[in-house]
Amino acid sequence: MRRILLGALVALAPLSAATIVIQNGTIMTVSKGTVKGSVVVKDGKIAEVGEKVMMPQGATVIDAAGQYVIPGIIDCHSHIAADGGINEGSVSVSSMVDIRDVLNPEDIAIYRALAGGVTTANILHGSANAIGGCTLPIKMRWGKDAQGLIFEGATPGIKFALGENPKRAGNPQGRGINGQVQVARYPATRMGIDDTIREAFNEAKAYKAEWDEYQAKTARGEHPIPPRKDLKLEALKEVLEGKRYVHAHCYRADEILMLLRVADDYGFKIRTFQHVLEGYKVAKEIAAHGAGGSTFSDWWSYKVEAFDAIPYNAAIMQKYGVVVSLNSDDAELMRHLNSEAGKVMKYGGLSETEALAMVTLNPAKQLGIDNRVGSIEPGKDADLVIYDKFPLSDYAKVQKVLIDGTVYFDRDKEVSGRAAKQAEKQKLIDKEKQNQQRQQPTRRPGQ
Amino acid sequence: MKKLAAALLLFCAYAVAEAPQAVAIRNARIVTVSGPAIAKGTVVVRNGLIEAVGDNVPVPADAWVVDGEGLTVYPGLIDALSTVGIPGAAPAAAAGGRGAGRGAAPATPTVTAPAPAAQTEPRAWGPEDRPATTSWLLAADEIQATDHRIETVRSAGVTTAATFPTRGIFAGQGSLVDLISGEKAGEMVLVPSVGQYISLSRGGFGGGGGGGGGGFPSSLMGTIAYIRQIYLDAAHYQLVKDAYAHDPRGMRRPEYDRALEGVLESKRILLPANRLVEIDRMLRFAAELKQPAILYGAREAYRPEAAELLKKGGASVLVSLKWPEPPARTADSEDTDTLRTLETRDKAPAAPAALQKAGVKFALYSDGIDQPRDFQRAVKKALDNGLSREDAVRALTLSPAEIYGVADRLGSIEKGKIANLVVTRGEIFDDRTKVEMIFVDGRKYTPAADTTAPGGRGQTTDNPGGNR
Repeated sequence: MRRILLGALVALAPLSAATIVIQNGTIMTVSKGTVKGSVVVKDGKIAEVGEKVMMPQGATVIDAAGQYVIPGIIDCHSHIAADGGINEGSVSVSSMVDIRDVLNPEDIAIYRALAGGVTTANILHGSANAIGGCTLPIKMRWGKDAQGLIFEGATPGIKFALGENPKRAGNPQGRGINGQVQVARYPATRMGIDDTIREAFNEAKAYKAEWDEYQAKTARGEHPIPPRKDLKLEALKEVLEGKRYVHAHCYRADEILMLLRVADDYGFKIRTFQHVLEGYKVAKEIAAHGAGGSTFSDWWSYKVEAFDAIPYNAAIMQKYGVVVSLNSDDAELMRHLNSEAGKVMKYGGLSETEALAMVTLNPAKQLGIDNRVGSIEPGKDADLVIYDKFPLSDYAKVQKVLIDGTVYFDRDKEVSGRAAKQAEKQKLIDKEKQNQQRQQPTRRPGQ
Repeated sequence: MKKLAAALLLFCAYAVAEAPQAVAIRNARIVTVSGPAIAKGTVVVRNGLIEAVGDNVPVPADAWVVDGEGLTVYPGLIDALSTVGIPGAAPAAAAGGRGAGRGAAPATPTVTAPAPAAQTEPRAWGPEDRPATTSWLLAADEIQATDHRIETVRSAGVTTAATFPTRGIFAGQGSLVDLISGEKAGEMVLVPSVGQYISLSRGGFGGGGGGGGGGFPSSLMGTIAYIRQIYLDAAHYQLVKDAYAHDPRGMRRPEYDRALEGVLESKRILLPANRLVEIDRMLRFAAELKQPAILYGAREAYRPEAAELLKKGGASVLVSLKWPEPPARTADSEDTDTLRTLETRDKAPAAPAALQKAGVKFALYSDGIDQPRDFQRAVKKALDNGLSREDAVRALTLSPAEIYGVADRLGSIEKGKIANLVVTRGEIFDDRTKVEMIFVDGRKYTPAADTTAPGGRGQTTDNPGGNR
């Protein structure tokens, strides 16, 4: 019995080998062109890429003949893997909350995203308020605990939101973001959103000054009582100090410019504009600020502020120097970001590499993690996806996914393991049914 | 036998008015819990305390004698998390999650008391408004000795309960009470404050659930952020208060904050955690807050990773006896549960055995199961899933006493401890076992007639009498 149990454990644990060689594949490195050859993985990192590589002793070989290898897909806008609601929508500034506190490593969406080639995702707070909660990128390390998901060392973020979502929660007759009646909440207009953000940063600046003064006094050897720590302002103080990235949900050109002005006035940076469907109208300004744009490929008109979108948005923004990524904002879309990327080849005439970069290297840059992930280069994390066909095609299927050199998804194993799982499930269903029948009070005849 | 019955009858009549000076139960099997069981021995109870216990203890001349032939004496059971006696309280809710038990009788408060203050609170706009917080509330001050649930749960052998206000995020401080009925509430109280009950759902509050219109917080992360802010505020509050007490001259006086006072008064916190993910989350949270914590719920504690985490985290655990049940579905429903959900329903009753094996300090709690028959069945289910009877008794006596720091007066049959005893015919928690008598603070009670409707085995209390 013990041996059987042990065997089961081994089968469940992701295959982790110190050294792996993926050979005979078409390797789309994204940063250094496409080569037919091998990738050598050592201790979770990419050691070598090329047509001919040194075959290390004792390496596990994965034959990728006729297959494609790409860097793990990165989704810059996702809401999976969080427990107990993605919006703290009761207030217009909810920067005291943090997705980090509610990560759910057992959300099946993680595994499904993995099966779609996603290895990293930026888990964002929702868009119910002008300043939302704190956010962070995670890796899809299915099977690890909450801490094990966190992309170690990555700069955390915060969600901002402009336009209809944050203002509609303020309509006294309206319905909140979850379809629930909300008590009127300021703001109810776009100018109110501008004001809300400015007020919050006025507070944050005063708060920062208070702490700076305290630290100066302490440095002088005085013993003042420290100021009260305010979680809401603490996060905004980090934004002012450049320690926390702002990811701003937006649609219209005017509100994008508005937020750029606010950021300039208060001396902080917008790291990415999310959705940014009218980004093509103000691409020059976005690029000048140094912000990225994370958009949809061809999804629009689901609300008034999304009417003026064009499928060329991503390509145009990129042409003006904006770092552009394509995101999912959705657990289903997340599973085929590869074909989303393919669409910018049709709309905008981007190259294969440019298209692929929009779901790999570009989002890595936007999240400040491109030193670790986003392309297949020696020294980077061995986050790799093997597709059976050209990966930008709708017909391409993910075969294997590696994160940090560990195989977290294996299509063959998944498919072959289904029958056993189904049988296990059926056994439990049958057992429960039997128990229920036994528990039912006996009926007397004639009753 | 006839003589015993007569003696008992006489004794009962007397007990209603006043407990006798001393009672001696002789020739009974005594499960002391703290030491080995005594096959045939005597327990002497005087002035509400255990005067003597052993296999060779003389029966005092002035004692009423109970012939314990064929009876077993256990320490009185302790319900480690209850709402008994709290007016208008819902049964202590588990840590959210699906599949609430079927066996739960709805809470039926005896008295319509004023609702807890927080129920009518205005919309909160942030942590400063102290939403869903009544941390200063003390169960001991709220207890109503007339609550008929006191008699109901006592009939299962529960002599003591850690009873808590359960409405709100910081619901208030629980008290350890002895279940004597009809007396002044103050007489019941063993320890006025044993810990702060924290819940992470806003159930029972305006708007409830997702928080539409209910104000801050409306999400789990909002609730966690709020709790974190409260502890930051409490630490700062203490700092400023101390400085002011040291030298008030030239210093603005700190503003009195009852929410923080209540938090600072609390010796420990009770945090909800059912799933493995929640157990991990709450262990980390308690460590971050630097608060001694008790986790309650523990539905997925059967998972080896969970027991391991709990062992490592050193937290005490209260396991809900309300085992998860399948949701009510129509016969042709095509909804299915995930493998994990099915597994949890199958294995949850194995959690106590798993915790025992891992060496985690745990106790069992009724989680709103009031009816003695349901309570007994729920414990039996843990026995059927690997928990030894000995360990089950401990998890309902000495372990909760240790968790709440009262093992010096409660939880086992030892000289000098409070005379809380259950006397059964047959082994406790068995199907056919009858609770013969219960001693609380040395006062003897006989169990109330089972209020469960007749309907044969398997009848649950939520549908008494069946569909006629």
